[in-house]
Amino acid sequence: MSTVTSSPASSVASRLRAVSPRLAIPAGSTIGPIVAFLLACAFFTTQSSQFLSGGNLALVIQQVMVVGTLAIGQTLIILTAGIDLSCGAIMAFGGIVMAKLAVDTGMPPLLAIAAGITVCASFGLINGLLVTRVSLPPFIVTLGMLNVAFALTHIYSDEQTISGLPSELTALGNTFPLGRTDVTYGSVLMLVLFAVFAYILGQTAWGKHVYAVGNAPEAARLTGIPVRRRLLAVYTIAGAVYGIAALLLIARTGVGDPKAGQTDNLDSITAVVLGGTSLFGGRGLVIGTLIGALLVGVIRNGLQLMGVPSIYQILITGILVILAVTVDQLSRKRSQR
Amino acid sequence: MNQKPAADEKQSATQEAGTNEETGLVQPVMKARGLVQRYGPVTALDGCDFDLLPGEVLAVIGDNGAGKSSLIKALTGAARPDEGQIWLDGKEVHFKSPLDARRQGIETVYQNLAVAPALDIASNLYLGREKRRKGVLGTVFRMLDKPAMKTASARHMAELNIGLQSMGGAVENLSGGQRQGVAVARAAAWASHVVIMDEPTAALGVKESAQVLELIGKVRERGLPVVLISHNMPHVFEIADRIHIQRLGRRAGVVKPSDHTMSDVVAIMTGAVQI
Repeated sequence: MSTVTSSPASSVASRLRAVSPRLAIPAGSTIGPIVAFLLACAFFTTQSSQFLSGGNLALVIQQVMVVGTLAIGQTLIILTAGIDLSCGAIMAFGGIVMAKLAVDTGMPPLLAIAAGITVCASFGLINGLLVTRVSLPPFIVTLGMLNVAFALTHIYSDEQTISGLPSELTALGNTFPLGRTDVTYGSVLMLVLFAVFAYILGQTAWGKHVYAVGNAPEAARLTGIPVRRRLLAVYTIAGAVYGIAALLLIARTGVGDPKAGQTDNLDSITAVVLGGTSLFGGRGLVIGTLIGALLVGVIRNGLQLMGVPSIYQILITGILVILAVTVDQLSRKRSQR
Repeated sequence: MNQKPAADEKQSATQEAGTNEETGLVQPVMKARGLVQRYGPVTALDGCDFDLLPGEVLAVIGDNGAGKSSLIKALTGAARPDEGQIWLDGKEVHFKSPLDARRQGIETVYQNLAVAPALDIASNLYLGREKRRKGVLGTVFRMLDKPAMKTASARHMAELNIGLQSMGGAVENLSGGQRQGVAVARAAAWASHVVIMDEPTAALGVKESAQVLELIGKVRERGLPVVLISHNMPHVFEIADRIHIQRLGRRAGVVKPSDHTMSDVVAIMTGAVQI
């Protein structure tokens, strides 16, 4: 998204490559997303005096906390060269499980939360088993699981929105004052999760293995990495993260809504792609995903402040996604000699 | 996980093995007798023998279907032979998997699938055998010891004269020869007994092949025996100490490049001449 790589003219790109391979942005780099994010912030600051206020920025983070958390799980899976279309539906089901157990059966709220997260992790585990044991493509597995989870959500909830949730289930929607700004606990939880996964992916052997499995599965196998076990863990952990997103979702809305999160699967992929992570696996940073999610949030928020109709937010997001994938493709081709 | 590259210890071990040479009783580092491998009706190995002597580069050549890859698979643990025995340093071994063979000191350099291109050199050298920090950071937080891995990687690369400044750059930014260099350096760093190279120059240009051949020589200088599988006769004659000629699932013969010409070897390989 910088001036260097956003040029669609491939002749320009190839000339740059010829001059110096280091000039072009490497695949999976977070430089482009950061530049785009800063440009968007600068632009909206000039357009609206409200934009750069603590309250507004806290609002942006709160608005992206559900999709941002989903996108953490999505990043893990995309780094292994997979994709998860079922994340939003799994999250919705997890939320209904939590709400229904706590309200209808009178289960202690914390236990209901744990049960919801476990259910989501189990869905992830099934995805992972189908991908690793039956060798089905992740796209198809998660497309099927999207429908399964969607249907189960509606069957289990009987299409009813569940209200009257105990306070434990909505606690993450509460705010605390930070200076003169009210910050949602859920926003903080999302940021903590990003930090945790940035550490795991960047600083541990397990993280290196995730990159290796996505980048060169055969080389990973030959060096003795248990590829299938790593993949299974990735899908299961992603499922658990969707469970945490489910908790954030009901905390934000205050109810268990079977219709929630229906487009969140695509929004999470958008965040990952805008964050510079390659859809071909093995390249990218989870912090990029945070920037990608914030970029979408800032664009929606900024255009809202400017009074632009909301359909233009979707238009711009779509263009940005195509641009981001183009950059990924160009930089990947450059590195394949 | 906290293994140490074997490179430091192996020098003395091979010198010990070398002392036997003076008495005329050279114990092979790796030996196989009567290997049989059947795939359904096809007999890929038909009582094949194999000897690798300390500190040598042994080329394995043969026509397609002669059983070269089956032999290598048996020696690297990628397949378990139906019959026959394998000894490593005089001790009989039964490899259950490539990982098992690697644990016993046999490292393999594969033709194309050797490295993860998006990862840096240090990560590739330590892939699957990462080193963790000492203390709580390593045990509880599982933190990688990146500085130590980078330093050690730089040393391993320097020992083989692979002139790369940064251990932090992605492998995909290297030339094909340099990439293969990373794979060879990894094998040399971890192997305590044998380095096996499967067509290491097949995908490379003339200049890059020369670099890799030079590397093979460097590995030998450090006392590690090398098994080189190659189709390329000039490469074989340039670097090998002995040539194992595989034909019809058996060892047709072992020759020295100094005593035979390329056409002699081809004649043995095709069965026109028997020794």
